[in-house]
Amino acid sequence: MEKGNRSRQVLSRIATNDKHGENSPYFHGWNAYERNRFHPTQNPQGVIQMGLAENQLCFDLVEKWIRENPNASICTREGADQFKEIAIFQDYHGIKEFRQVVAKFMEKVRGNRVTFDPDRIVMSGGATGANETFMFCLADPGDAFLVPSPYYPAFDRDLRWRTGVQIIPVDCHSSNGFRLTRAAVEVAYKTAQESNINVKGLILTNPSNPLGTTLDMETLKSLVAFVNEKNIHLVCDEIYSATVFNSPRFISVAEVIQELEHCNRDLIHIIYSLSKDLGFPGFRVGIIYSYNDIVVSCARKMSSFGLVSSQTQHFLTSLLSDEEFVDNFLSKSKKRMAKGHHDFTKGLKQVGISCLKGSNSGLFFWMDLGSLLKEQTFEAELELWRVIVDDVRLNVSPGSSFHGLEPGWFRLCFANMDDQTGEVALERIRTFVLDNGKKGDEGR
Amino acid sequence: MTQRRRSNQNSSPETELQTPETTGATAMRLIVPLQGIVQGRGGLILGSLIPCALFYFLQLYLKRNRSPNPPPRSTSSANLGELPRTSSRSNLSSRGSIGPVQISVRASSIAKPSDSPYYIGLEKAAEDPYDRLDNPNGIIQLGLSENRLCFDLIEKWVSENLTDSIMGREGGELSISGIATYQPFDGMTELKVAMADYMSQVMGRTVLFDPSQLILTAGATPAIEILSFCLADQGNGFLIPTPYYPGFDRDIKYRTGIELIPVHCRSTDNFMLSMTALDQAFNQARKRGIKIRGILLSNPSNPVGNLLSRDMLYGLLDFAREKNIHVICDEIFAGSNYGSEEFLSMAEIVESEEFDRTRVHIIYGLSKDLSLPGFRVGVIYSFNEKVLAAAKKLTRFSSVSAPTQRLLVSMLSNTRFIEEYIETNKKRIREIYHLFVAGLEELGIRCAESSAGLFCWANMSSLIPSYSEKGELELWEQLLNIAKINVTPGSACHCIEPGWFRCCFTTLSQEDISVVMERIRKVAETCKSSC
Repeated sequence: MEKGNRSRQVLSRIATNDKHGENSPYFHGWNAYERNRFHPTQNPQGVIQMGLAENQLCFDLVEKWIRENPNASICTREGADQFKEIAIFQDYHGIKEFRQVVAKFMEKVRGNRVTFDPDRIVMSGGATGANETFMFCLADPGDAFLVPSPYYPAFDRDLRWRTGVQIIPVDCHSSNGFRLTRAAVEVAYKTAQESNINVKGLILTNPSNPLGTTLDMETLKSLVAFVNEKNIHLVCDEIYSATVFNSPRFISVAEVIQELEHCNRDLIHIIYSLSKDLGFPGFRVGIIYSYNDIVVSCARKMSSFGLVSSQTQHFLTSLLSDEEFVDNFLSKSKKRMAKGHHDFTKGLKQVGISCLKGSNSGLFFWMDLGSLLKEQTFEAELELWRVIVDDVRLNVSPGSSFHGLEPGWFRLCFANMDDQTGEVALERIRTFVLDNGKKGDEGR
Repeated sequence: MTQRRRSNQNSSPETELQTPETTGATAMRLIVPLQGIVQGRGGLILGSLIPCALFYFLQLYLKRNRSPNPPPRSTSSANLGELPRTSSRSNLSSRGSIGPVQISVRASSIAKPSDSPYYIGLEKAAEDPYDRLDNPNGIIQLGLSENRLCFDLIEKWVSENLTDSIMGREGGELSISGIATYQPFDGMTELKVAMADYMSQVMGRTVLFDPSQLILTAGATPAIEILSFCLADQGNGFLIPTPYYPGFDRDIKYRTGIELIPVHCRSTDNFMLSMTALDQAFNQARKRGIKIRGILLSNPSNPVGNLLSRDMLYGLLDFAREKNIHVICDEIFAGSNYGSEEFLSMAEIVESEEFDRTRVHIIYGLSKDLSLPGFRVGVIYSFNEKVLAAAKKLTRFSSVSAPTQRLLVSMLSNTRFIEEYIETNKKRIREIYHLFVAGLEELGIRCAESSAGLFCWANMSSLIPSYSEKGELELWEQLLNIAKINVTPGSACHCIEPGWFRCCFTTLSQEDISVVMERIRKVAETCKSSC
């Protein structure tokens, strides 16, 4: 029986559905950037990338360290004698010293107010892999996780695509600065229950993406109490923990549970990565940290699908053991972020555009362009977004891709550019706002 | 691709794993019937006697399950012995009656200590590794298909070629942005180009690989999982010839929900796949209501080490076309064929004929042929655009680390080095293979005919106390605990004939072989005298 017809080749549902969510404008804007990349001298009219939260502020510090520490790399004469042992090391527990320095680094970022056990550190394919692995460990297909919105667009893929888990958004509003409240979580939980959806936990990003804000102790405590009451999990994605450049200081869930007497630690889990704080997304270092022994065991077995290259583990062990370097890096990084954030938000304020008040962290800011919308709808927001990408030539991320409720908000990333490019970007936005403001006035 | 060697800094004390779940679930089962008794039906005496008796039996049941010699555990749970036990345990008592924490069904089963001798043996060997000088009574690892024969060549290459540190040279300047920033998740173009050429070289330049059909993943382990997610849904099945690599049970069954349907191969055929058996297995699966979506093959095969012939490859393609299913070829040992038979890639077959290529997919990696398992570099090679598009998105979860990609671009592009490496590697594997197999023959142990891989497939059925899986495992335990060598028993590979063992020999030096043979001889003599 000849069935050589290509079109009848059967693929899986996963391969053919669009639950990966990559058809959203969040990803489309990147294409515009790829086609026409800005360069200060070679392509000054190109699109400036402000849609990718990448931290390139302190590469100079890292480059200097690498030059001064050739034995940290197995790719140098000084380090080559370690090549063999590193190349053959494939234990999914990871290099012990690597886990130890990661634990120490995480402690340092939290002001040494908490301790982390290196044996609870499990590797994953970036935080992307960590997010997914937690879902595989904590929920079955059809189960749901509560996610405060607006949220990181790729959660749609990371949490749902292969796992079959649903996302139930927890609404946050601009009227109270998009602050997450226990009440909002309870509403979302109750609604899910009424629809017979089995909620397995709450996953939140703290510091928040896209808001750039941190949770206070009281809110964190109330959320921990909530999950304990309902016996559901709390997964805290703390990937931006070292990007807090202003007060209030960062409070990790690790700190919270230290203070609480009656907390079931089996419910508490942390996601971390070196992609944002250190600016190493290319290294693919995701960290799963759980207080639940069974989850650690299961996640560790699954880490075979996303282990960190032993070469990378080896390098990072050296880098992060250098306390002087780490302290200097963290402090300079914060200063540069604070400056970038300040310059942009101040420049925007001068033309009447406000950014979310109280934002103290992240590699981006959450900007309110509601006054520029023709009407307060998401269609109008997308229209405005297309103009910004195509005419103003800035790739920014429209709020709708973050599943927020209110149109007009945009996320702009600033930590991936030098001062010169930053100035160009700011100037473009200011010019655009002023031009449109004038048009708006004329119309009235 | 094979199980990991634990860092041997400290051996964990053997502690049992008693999950809060099992305690809670068992308790609930007894409390509910108790209520009926206590609430008056049995009267006061019965109402107090029976609960006491039940409680006593509960304790006895729990105690029996918590045996003094805990069941051997896999690498994963070994670490649990080192974890601070306070957190979850103290909360158990303070938690009250809300019940155990629910994790996923999948996680509960995965987290359990593995009962596969494959993993148990690997862990034990890692805890007490043999070293000729420092630990001459340690366990000799023959259960991990690792190749240490050619590191001298790699070290020489590194010292002569790598001077740039972990950073690349972007436009002549040492720059971190070339490796630290986000890269394409399915691999840098330069590495795809270098990998395509390397694969062609390793397979004897009889086939060309197109870089645009190549996807890079963090090891062959995620490569096979990603491919599975693309080709089949939960509950579907892949046909797989036995014996097969034990890791497939993890790679495919952990999260995809796809079933592996064994197609048994026999020693009379030197464990070569028979089309009749394949057809039978397909029909039987269909009768059971399982939709078969593909065939998963290892070529060269693991654990036997034989090669698929041209006729067989054609036959498989015909079969796949007839049933409209996929063919997945794991060719990870392609460069480790030391025999006289030439390796034939499925890519070569489809290139030369008018086949529907969109059903053919190849898995590769650098863990075996180049001995770089730590670097996590795997390949999906497919002729199917849709599969490539979906797999590319899935590499988001399993990308190759950028510094490693840069290093490999240098290494793989150096064709002269690769040429020397491939030839020397084959030669050294061949030498060790002959010595090892000859050593076994002197002990009356014959091996299946093989010409590739890092292992041999040895027939120890004359030594097992009973011709059964039980007998095989008894011999395996004796070899592990008395002879102190870790080999992989055929049952872990789903072999239908008891008594076969996979022995990996490419981590051994020639001196080590005599030690291994001596140890086996002692056990063999004990077995013969007691049989």
